[in-house]
Amino acid sequence: MRARFSIALTGLLAGPVFAADLNVGVEVPNLKVAEYHRPYVAVWVERDDQTVAANLAVWYQQKEGKGEGGKMEQGTKWLADLRQWWRRAGRSATLPIDGVSGATRPAGVHKLEFDDAKAPLAGLPAGSYKLVVEAAREVGGREIVRIPFQWPPAKPAHFDTKGDVELGAVTLDVSP
Amino acid sequence: MKFSAKLAVALAAFVPFSAFAHKAWLLPSTTVTTQDQWVTVDAAVSNDLFYFNHVPVKLDNLAITAPDGKPAQAENPFTGKFRSVFDLHLTQAGTYKIAVVNAGLFASYELNGEKKRWRGTAEAFAKEIPADAKNLEVNQSAGRNETFVTAGAPNDTALKPTGAGLELAPVTHPNDLFAGETAKFRLLLDGKPAADLDVEIVPGGSRWRDKQNEIKVKTDKSGEFSVTWPAPGMYWLEASLEDANTSVKQAKKRRVNYVATFEVLQQ
Repeated sequence: MRARFSIALTGLLAGPVFAADLNVGVEVPNLKVAEYHRPYVAVWVERDDQTVAANLAVWYQQKEGKGEGGKMEQGTKWLADLRQWWRRAGRSATLPIDGVSGATRPAGVHKLEFDDAKAPLAGLPAGSYKLVVEAAREVGGREIVRIPFQWPPAKPAHFDTKGDVELGAVTLDVSP
Repeated sequence: MKFSAKLAVALAAFVPFSAFAHKAWLLPSTTVTTQDQWVTVDAAVSNDLFYFNHVPVKLDNLAITAPDGKPAQAENPFTGKFRSVFDLHLTQAGTYKIAVVNAGLFASYELNGEKKRWRGTAEAFAKEIPADAKNLEVNQSAGRNETFVTAGAPNDTALKPTGAGLELAPVTHPNDLFAGETAKFRLLLDGKPAADLDVEIVPGGSRWRDKQNEIKVKTDKSGEFSVTWPAPGMYWLEASLEDANTSVKQAKKRRVNYVATFEVLQQ
């Protein structure tokens, strides 16, 4: 009885320090169009009230700024086309976001790996969330997909969904 | 002859009753963008929203307020047959208020048997209307035509009401409007809640439909009204009233109106 209690206690204490993983797969589809530009893509974790719990990635055209701390990269001009991300996170963020901003990606599957030991997931309170992936393409369309999940995960779980045009397969793997 | 023709045109543009037959509007190229971008704005009076097919809005009384509350300057202003155009460089982060503010008096009177017309400010009125003017009739008008553009995160500094005429005090920020969501605004008359006032909201694109599809709402006791945006797009809002709150005693009536253009975004 006493032994069982101490095991339970150990388990309880271990709770906050276990390493939970969150891995995302985003497929940028191969589109046969006359004028193709790589899409701008934002990946984030959303709370139930649609506020942003964590920015995971935002891919946009990166160009060197001109002058000292002066001109912003021209690539940021179109960031507001990621409408939902811009409203929820982008417009109040200082760009580039360290560890989140990156260059646009070519067609193919792109893997993103995160764990609760470090930013941006460190300190994410337990609860229900949605993974959100939004893509907007110059002279193309815009699309957003969501995958609900619980954090931290009780056991390993795999989720997937698919965009119609601007996003291919989107996968989410979480494990305690 | 040339002068009076010019004056007649100016008067026609100024007389509120004739202006109300059409819709005056400011149409920005974008309302939500990033800092250091440019926007361009069309300004016109027309029947269809938002097509410049009648007369331009004159830019003489254009007043732009930057996110820090200070005036900002329009660039490349142009007034053509159907519309005026200007550019604005969004050098600051936050919300710009773009307004055309028309306020003044206009009078008609007889002098030595001749009919005269006059327009101007309250200060000029006392000096310029002859003491022996007969059948003097004076009307006052105060009109605001506004739109809003935000670079980065929205802020409220430029949206502070001036306390003159009809103004919009946002409860929901005018650059944070989304289809399917309900926005709330407050209308103020001379800085105080404009209660029980009819407000008309018309979606753009009216050229390609049979009906105006106007949304009619009324302000409550605190001057507030709500609107649930049915679809994304540009919307035109108007409210107007007549009162006796004039700045010179000879003016019996004051015509006050407020117009704004909003962009409602898709979720």
